[in-house]
Order: sequence, then structure tokens, then C-alpha cells
Amino acid sequence: MAELMSGFGCFTHAMVRAVPQSLARDALRSGGLEVDLLKVQEEYEEYVSVLKHRLGLEVLELPADEALPDCVFVEDAAVVCGDTALVCRPGAQSRRRETEAVKAALTELGLNIVEMTDESATLEGGDVLFTGREFFVGLSKRTNQRGAEILADTFKDYAVSTVPVQDALHLKSFCSMAGPGLIAIGSSEAAQKALKIMQQMSDHRYDKLTLPDDSAANCIYMNLPSKGDVLLHCTPEEFPESAQVFEKLKDHMLIPVTNQEKAKVDGGLTCCSVLINMKKNI
Amino acid sequence: MTTEVGSESDVKKVPEVQQQTAPASAEPSQEESPSDPEAAASLEPSSPPADGGPKKEKGISRFLPPWLKRQKSQSQDKPGESSAPPKQESVEAVQEEQEEKHGAGAATASTEQTEEEKSIGSADTQPVREEKSEEKEVETKEEEQVIPHEASGLSALKLNKKMKMVVCHVTLLDGSQFSCEVEKRAKGQYLFFQVCEHLNLLEKDYFGLSFKDNAEQRCWLDPTKEIKRQIRNSQWQFAFSVKFYPLDPSQLTEDITRYLLCLQLRQDIASGRLPCSFVTHALLGSYTLQAELGDHDPEEHRLDYISDFQFAPNQTKELEEKVVELHKSHRGMTPAQSDAQFLENAKKLSMYGVDLHHAKDSEGVDIMLGVCANGLLIYKDRLRINRFAWPKILKISYKRSNFYIKIRPGETEQFESTVGFKLPNHRAAKRVWKVCVEHHTFFRLVSPEQPTKTKFLTLGSKFRYSGRTQAQTRQASSLIDRPAPYFQRTSSKRISRSLDGAPVVNVSDYSQAAGAGENGPALELNSDSKSQQVEVVEEPDADAATSISSETAFETDGAGAPERKSKLRVQGENIYVRHSNLMLEDLDKTQEDVLKHQASISELKRSFMEATPDPMPSQWDKRLTGSPATTLRLQAQGSAEVKPEVNGQPEVVEVVEETVVIEEVVKAKPKSPAPEVPATVETECAAEVKEERSLSSDSDSEEEAEYHAQPPTTTTHNNKKKQEPEEEQEAVLIQQAPPSGIESQPITEAAEPAPSAEEEKPAELPEEEVHADEPLATPDEAPNGHALQAKAPPTLRAAPTEEEEPHIVNGSASRVEAEHLPQVICCSEPPVVKTEMVTISDTFAAQKTEISTKEVPIVHTETKTITYEAAQLDGNGDGEPGVLMTAQTITSESLCTTTTTHITKTLKGGLSETRIEKRIVITGDSDIDHDQALAQAIKEAKEQHPDMSVTRVVVHKETELAEDED
Repeated sequence: MAELMSGFGCFTHAMVRAVPQSLARDALRSGGLEVDLLKVQEEYEEYVSVLKHRLGLEVLELPADEALPDCVFVEDAAVVCGDTALVCRPGAQSRRRETEAVKAALTELGLNIVEMTDESATLEGGDVLFTGREFFVGLSKRTNQRGAEILADTFKDYAVSTVPVQDALHLKSFCSMAGPGLIAIGSSEAAQKALKIMQQMSDHRYDKLTLPDDSAANCIYMNLPSKGDVLLHCTPEEFPESAQVFEKLKDHMLIPVTNQEKAKVDGGLTCCSVLINMKKNI
Repeated sequence: MTTEVGSESDVKKVPEVQQQTAPASAEPSQEESPSDPEAAASLEPSSPPADGGPKKEKGISRFLPPWLKRQKSQSQDKPGESSAPPKQESVEAVQEEQEEKHGAGAATASTEQTEEEKSIGSADTQPVREEKSEEKEVETKEEEQVIPHEASGLSALKLNKKMKMVVCHVTLLDGSQFSCEVEKRAKGQYLFFQVCEHLNLLEKDYFGLSFKDNAEQRCWLDPTKEIKRQIRNSQWQFAFSVKFYPLDPSQLTEDITRYLLCLQLRQDIASGRLPCSFVTHALLGSYTLQAELGDHDPEEHRLDYISDFQFAPNQTKELEEKVVELHKSHRGMTPAQSDAQFLENAKKLSMYGVDLHHAKDSEGVDIMLGVCANGLLIYKDRLRINRFAWPKILKISYKRSNFYIKIRPGETEQFESTVGFKLPNHRAAKRVWKVCVEHHTFFRLVSPEQPTKTKFLTLGSKFRYSGRTQAQTRQASSLIDRPAPYFQRTSSKRISRSLDGAPVVNVSDYSQAAGAGENGPALELNSDSKSQQVEVVEEPDADAATSISSETAFETDGAGAPERKSKLRVQGENIYVRHSNLMLEDLDKTQEDVLKHQASISELKRSFMEATPDPMPSQWDKRLTGSPATTLRLQAQGSAEVKPEVNGQPEVVEVVEETVVIEEVVKAKPKSPAPEVPATVETECAAEVKEERSLSSDSDSEEEAEYHAQPPTTTTHNNKKKQEPEEEQEAVLIQQAPPSGIESQPITEAAEPAPSAEEEKPAELPEEEVHADEPLATPDEAPNGHALQAKAPPTLRAAPTEEEEPHIVNGSASRVEAEHLPQVICCSEPPVVKTEMVTISDTFAAQKTEISTKEVPIVHTETKTITYEAAQLDGNGDGEPGVLMTAQTITSESLCTTTTTHITKTLKGGLSETRIEKRIVITGDSDIDHDQALAQAIKEAKEQHPDMSVTRVVVHKETELAEDED
């Protein structure tokens, strides 16, 4: 029977975008680290492979655009919920044009497209945490109040609460959903503070999965027909302690995915895809 | 005009009465008018409940305080006498106006005071009467007095017969109109029940009737109040709608209830009040079609078959197509199933059940306040920027156009904080407050009040949520045992078939939830309760008499008066039952009131100055002396010391409007009814007169004598109380304060005679001690000379010998003069003394608040304390220290009223005495009929303890002087 807000984590499609050569040199980064392009590409290949072959998602791969060094991080370009896609307006000037190809692809899929025409609004998907019941939008350097308002206008069924983000690029730099009603959260002060705010703002109760490393708290949860609960998370090589925490999730199908190199340009696991559920929910 | 009529009627019907009122009659019109406000208030109580009938009214009238009765009689007489209906109306209208004007009840003008005093005298008689009549020992004088009342009762009867009927138009959820004739004075619930009956609705607690006020704002009709008084000049046009959106509609017992909820939600969606996405519009619309039209029929159902339905604020062709597409997929679903699916989806919408109100934050930014089942949501545009769950909120209040919530400190925070919001106007602030109160009670509490719901809950303040809570209604509806009622869906005339196996209500579930959380449902912790308990433990001494005072002391304790503690010597068990401690407060004041207050201030000051607090040992002091706990001391200390404590948070937002204290004392062994008393009484009266200037009741004193004889019971206590009045009130308030009732503040007000200096203090007080607020206020008074009294207490005790009693009726001033006079305060007829204190203060309430608005305007607060006391027979030896046998305190709260019952049994010289003190705090806005509430409380108290007599009634009234009109 049709029901709203059901099937959290159910996805059929994943949109990804290839790694441009320019990433190594021009991609934005907070750490100023050197990036090995080859490694990034390897990670990307592995990532796509997991989605496509391991999980059986239909992967829609957009070509890289050398003019857009950060284009691999498609998550920031659009927020998809149900059959509606909000095309974002990235806060980083250099990323604005990333949305064009994304929008075209989403339109192709038949989603209802909502665009942010307000010039004063900025929103990056990395700041949008959808819990299945509501949205939390991080107010960061990349996302502002107006952007959050537009998101709220776009997804009227859901409560949209704002969460100030400090000491991190995006809200999802230190948190993500690790299951229905389960929030993976980093241990840093900023992360814990944000979690508190989210808990206060919500009418719903969430369990939390606290991870020693903030970056490890960025994981991908899916609920797939033949697989059940699936969790893509950091590798033990990257974050040994955090990986151990994930391994305690016995009911999940755990898939460690390397993200070491992309992390140097502030990329998390969630950043590299836009997950879509094209199966008619209603 | 009204006044004249009233006076005339009085005269006619009760010629004898005139004597009593004679002084008052000198200034007929004026006097009357002042009393009118009260009278107006009294109207409600007197007004026969729609269903009640004259008899009932009569019964109630019996319990009404005389002052109330008198007015009531006026009002009633008018209609009866004036044959022309239209005329009646005009008269009533006038009355109302007057009421409104005087509603605040600040009689500043000297004339007014006089009047009040007069009225007081009459009022005093009332208690006496009651007792007398009951005992059949009424003497001629008394009889005379009584007569008026009876007359009024008769007139009431006549009225009922001729009662004017009004046609109410109610818009039902399906858009149809329901017309119903109701008696003009019918209460909201009468109409509501009529509607529910018409709808065949049993689970009615989720619903309510609303109307549009003059500003086109939707207001909920309070079931406990007269319709007419609520709608004012608006049309008798109402809308039946959902008031509390059930969190889980599947737990509703009957399909018809779900159907009505669906109708409401369809309205909410179509109007845009409940925003949802395109897909949701389509889905919900498709369930609507299935419910109304049944299975999609390709032949019959062309695209235009849905043109009659509105699924969204902006319905597009695309949407309609989607709706139809989805409709096809629901084949086989019954209407009830479709409704259930509709609700399952609708309830998940984030704005489901959220009542939005426009407001500004402390920085003047436009926001929306959303009141819902779980608490208060703050929105900026469509974004949720904050949320305060009920458990997180300690107190909600409003003052003028500001709405405040006091937040429980977080884990890492040490102090409570208060957040203030600016509403467009005072009414809006009140409305939000009200909605919060109701939602909190309905969703958060297991029961609105005591298990013995019938007793005090009835006090009607506008805000009081009179219905059942969700938990209760679920429980009740689980007992519904009737075949699923048939009902027609208006659009389709489709008959509902009930679903098999209607969902079983799981009450336990809910109650658990409600009870969960450490803090429990109680929003506001009553400092009182805590303190009381503590004290009890500490000092097990005791006197029955003391016990009362001790209570007061508790509150004060914080101040640090060791003496107080000593007073409390409660050995017995102290049972403190707290149901919900949500402190609801609101302040209401009109400019007029303010002016009046200001005018009266000068007088007050004068009186204060005059009234030096001489520690005069009063009669009761003597008596009490023996006992460790003297009321006086307690009071004095409490007041004086309390203030210091206050310190902390300026944010006082709460408004306590009225506190009603009813003490009932029963002496097991009849003491000699001190015949002496009468004499004393008279003297006292004189004293009072001087003080107040206007005390009217000479005649009353005479009556008193009689009175005394009859009820031996109370006297002693009364005397004690008398002394205490001012202080006690405060004390009382303190105790009561927790309940947040309307009244706790009154004390404060009194205390604040010196407004400017202490403006801030009052505000502070409230906050810190949730309940303590009042006590704090008291301290303020000290500056004026009350302080002296406060300090004096110890002395008083020490020198119990002195006989003069400070009947402090009005304040300290009275005491001074009274010193030499005989102790008894006599009130006119019966041993009832009315004291009134009005204090006006300016408070910069919000300014100090960190979070709250900076621009918070100065708040003018008026406090009024009225004490009605029965003359006390001082039969007891002065010094007899009683032995406290048992003491228990029970507190119950309803939305707008908090009742604290303190029962002490004392053994004094072989005489067992039971004293019951009830503190009732009524919180609400000006619309609350305080007089009715008071009358009701008295009545209930009498009913509960028919063998006891009411010896004293102290009314503290605190109101905010609002600058904005309203």
C-alpha cells in the first residue's frame, strides 16, 4: 500500500560523475594536501563497482568536466527525495556549474526538478541530512538560510531544521544515517554539538552510532531488496577504531570502501553519488 | 444605567437590605458601578447553566459570596423586571462594558473604595448567612440580609423561564450548517454537546468550537464559560473543528471520529494550512476519492468527476490526473479503510497538528510559533529553527503582547533561561499561551487534574482545559460500546461501513509516554511543593493553626527565616500530590486599569505610611503565642525576607492572577462561642473604617454578633487569619504560587507599594521561585511599612498579651489604628471582613532576561488582595499551644487552577480541631471570571465539607496593566 515516508534507504539508481584530471591540482580542499590523482581514480572505480556490481544499482555515470575540478562530488549538486530533485546552488563559486549536467541527468530520469533561482541562496547537498522522517540542513560556509528555506519549500512533507555547522565543511562531514533512525556521528565537539541540536529539534528519536573519527561518520546506508541493510563505510586502514565500531553492526551488510585520497579534498563517501529511488513508491 | 437598575431592584426586593447598604446607596450610581465589575463576573456563576436550570443556579447562589450575590441579583433582576427584551440586552451590554472597564478590579478612586468596602460588608454577610440558614438559627437581621439573596434566586428563576434564546450557527466539517437554539447565557459546552449529539460523535475530546473575533482571529470557545461573554460582539457563528490532532489516528475507536478528522485535514490541506508535496496531495486526494466515491469506475468516472473536490490549494490538471491514477489503485478499499490510509499518511506530515502563530523573536525577526502535541516549535519561514519539547519547558506565560517560555536548564547549564517572543498584540499573546496550556494538558498530562476531577477542577478560567486529556479520552473511548454508527459522507452520501476490528486503544502506551521522562509531565516545578516537604521534615512541631502559617513560611524559607521553620511542626504525614506543574501565567491589564491604579497608588502610599507596623499582639496572637508557630511571624518574615532571595532572574514573566484561599475549620468540640466577639467585631469595624475610610458596615457589626454565636467553630482561626491577612495572603500565595495560578502575584503587588524602586524586584521574584514569586512580592511591601510588620512578627509573638488586633484588613495601616480597638475584625454581618490591597508596580520584566526581548516594555502590574474573613470566636485560651495531630497537603491542578489543600488536625486543650486550607490559584487572562471561580471554589469547599464553615477567604488578584488595549 502506498505510504509516505516509507522505505528509507531504498534506492534503485545512483548517479556518479567521473574524476577530472583537474581535481588533483584545482579541487578545493581545506587541508592543502597533495592528491594522487591515480589513487583518486582507483577509489572512484571501486566505489562505482560496489554500487553497480555488489549492490546491483543502476549507475548513471556523468562524464567529468575538466572545468569543474570538484565535479566528482555530485552529492552537492542535487538533493533527491522521493521523485523530486532539488538542484542546488553550491556555495563555492567554482562549483556552480556542476549542477547543469546533474540537472539534465535527473530530468532525464523523469524526476520533478526544482531549481534554486534565488541568487542569494546557497545550498550544497553535503549539508543536507535526510533521516527518513525529516531534513537537517547544516548552515555552513557553503549553505545559507535561504538555501535551507528553499529546500523546505521543495519538500513540504518534511520538517526541515537548521543546524549550525562549525569546524567542518559540511554537516555530513561528521555525520550521516547508518540505518533507519540511526545517526552515525563523529566524536568531535562540533559533531556532538550538532547532534544535540538535531536531537532537540526533532520530534523523533534517533539512535546514535558514535565514531571516534568524524570523517568515518560519513557512511552510506541503503536498504536493498535482496541485500537488506547495507552500509558502506570506512576501511580499517583508514580509521581502525571507527571501522571496529561499524563492525559491531551485525545486522548490516558491511562494505568497507576506501576513501583515503578523496578525503584529502574533503570528499566523503556520500559525496560521490546521488542515490535515487525510481521504483514507484506510490 | 445598569447600576441604577440594579440598585432599584435591590431596593424593591430587599427593602430591609437597604439599611445595610444605606451608606453605599448614598452614592448609588458610583458605588454600584465599582462593584459592577465583580458583579459582572458574578453573573457567570449565577447564570444558570444551560442545562442546569434554575434550581441549580439557586443552589450555587447559596454559596456565592454575598458580594457576588448582590451583583448577581442585580443582573438577574434586570432582565426579569425589564419586560422589553431589547432593553435587557442594552442593559447587559452596558454591564459588560462596565465589567470590562472594571474587570481588572482596581478601584482606585476613593469613591470606588468606599463602594467596595460597602460591598465587602455585604459580602461578608454571606458566609454568615449560609451558616445560619443551614443551621436555621437565622435571626431577624440575618434574615433580612438573606432575603435579598433569595429574592435574587427567585428572580433568577423567572429569568430562566423567560430566558432569551439565541440561535447559534455552527459550520460543520463537511461544510454544512447546524443551527441550534441556546439560551443566551448558555455555556460553550452546551452548544458543543448539541453539535456532538447532532454528529453522533462520542470521541469528542479532540474537537472544539471556534469563532472569529473582531480581528478575524480564530478563538476557541471555552466550554466552561458563557458563550456570550466570549464572543462579545461577534456573530453567533461557530465552526466545529479539530482542536487536538491525535498523534495516532488509528487509535481512535470509531470510524466516525476518523471521518471527521479526515474532513478537517482535507480542509487544512486545501487551505494550505497543512502544506504537503505534490505527491502527497495526490495520494491523499486519491484516498479521499476512494472514501467518498468508492472504486474508480472508468465509465462513470471521467476526469471531471473530481472537479468537486479540492485536493490542494492550487489544484492543477496534473494533480487531478495523478489523483485519478492513484484512485484506481485503491480498488476494494472501504471508506473507513480509505480514511485510515488517509490519516496514516497525513499524520506524518511535519505540520500535522501544528498550530501556527505569527511572532517576532527578540531581535524583531519574523518567526512563527507552532504549538503541537510535543511542544513548541519555532519556525522562520518554513525552517524549523528551534523546538522546545514540553519536558524542556518549565513555565509559559505572557505579559502584554509578549509570550515567554522558561526553559529547563540543560545538562551543562546551571540556570534556567527564559525566551521571549513578541506577538502582534496582547490578544495574540494570550491566544498562544492558551493553546499551549491546552495542548500541554491534553497531550502531555495523563489527567488534567486530580483524580477527583469534580471537585475543584470546575473553576473556570478561560484557559482551563476542561476536557479530558488524550490519555483519558483514549481510555474512555476504549469503553465505547455501540455498534459503529452509520453516517453519510456528504459529498457522496456513501454510507460508512466500519472496519472490522477497530484498533484497540492502548492506553497504557500513552500513559507511559506521558509519565516518562524524569521531569514528568510537570512543566513547572513548584518550589512550594519542594519547600513544603522539606520544611515538614525539618520541623515537626505543631499547631494546627500554625500549620497554615507554616505553609506560608515555607515559601519564605528561602529567605532564611529560621522562625518560620519552627512554625512548621508538622508531625503528621505530609502528602503532596502533584499532578502537573505547568505554570501558566498570564498578565492582563488595560490602560484604564493602569490609570486607576496610579490614582489609587497615592492613597495606598498614604495608608502605608500611616500604617506603621506596630507589632501589636492580636487576639489570636495571644492564643497563638503559646504555639511556636505564629502566623504573624511567618508572614512578616516571609515577606520581608523573601525578597532577598528573589534575586536572580529578572525575567519574571508569570502573572498570577488570583489566589483564593479558603479555610475551613471544624472543631470537634464546640467551644464556647465567645459572645464577646460581637462587641469586638464592631470595634474592629470602626478601626477598619478608619483605615480604609470607606469601610461601610456598621450595621454589619451588629450582625456579626449573631453570627458568632452560631458557628463556634471558626472563630479562633479566623482571628488568626485576620492578622495574617496581608501577610498570609502572601504566604498563601507563596504556597500557591507553584500552581501558578493566577493569584500568587497578588502578594507581590501588595508588597510593591513603592513601584518605582522595586519595579524590577517583582519580576525577579516570580522567576526564581516559581511559586515563591508571591512571597517575594511581599518583601516589596516592607518598604512601605509592611516591612515593619514583617519584622515585628517575632515581637508579636513575644507579646501576645496585647489584645488589639491588627486587623490588617487592608494592610498595615489598619493595624495601627486598630491597636486599641477590640481585636475582632468584624465584618459586617457575618464575621466577614474584606480587605483589599491594590498595588501597582512597574516591572521591567523582560529586560533582564538574557534571551528575552530587549525591548520589553515596562510592565505595570497591579495586585489586589481582598480578604474576607468570618469573625473569629476566640474561644480558646490564648496561649494554648495546640498539638498537631496530622497534617497533609494535597495539590491538584487543572489547566488554569491549582488547588492546594492543607489539612491539619490539631489537638488543643482537649479540643480536636481540623483546619482545611485550600489555596486555589487561578491563572488566566482578563476574560476569566474570577468571581465565578471564587464562588465556585467556595461552593465546592462547602459541599465537600458541609460540616465545616468557611472562615476566611483571601483573594489575591494580580493583573498586568497592559498598555495595549484589548
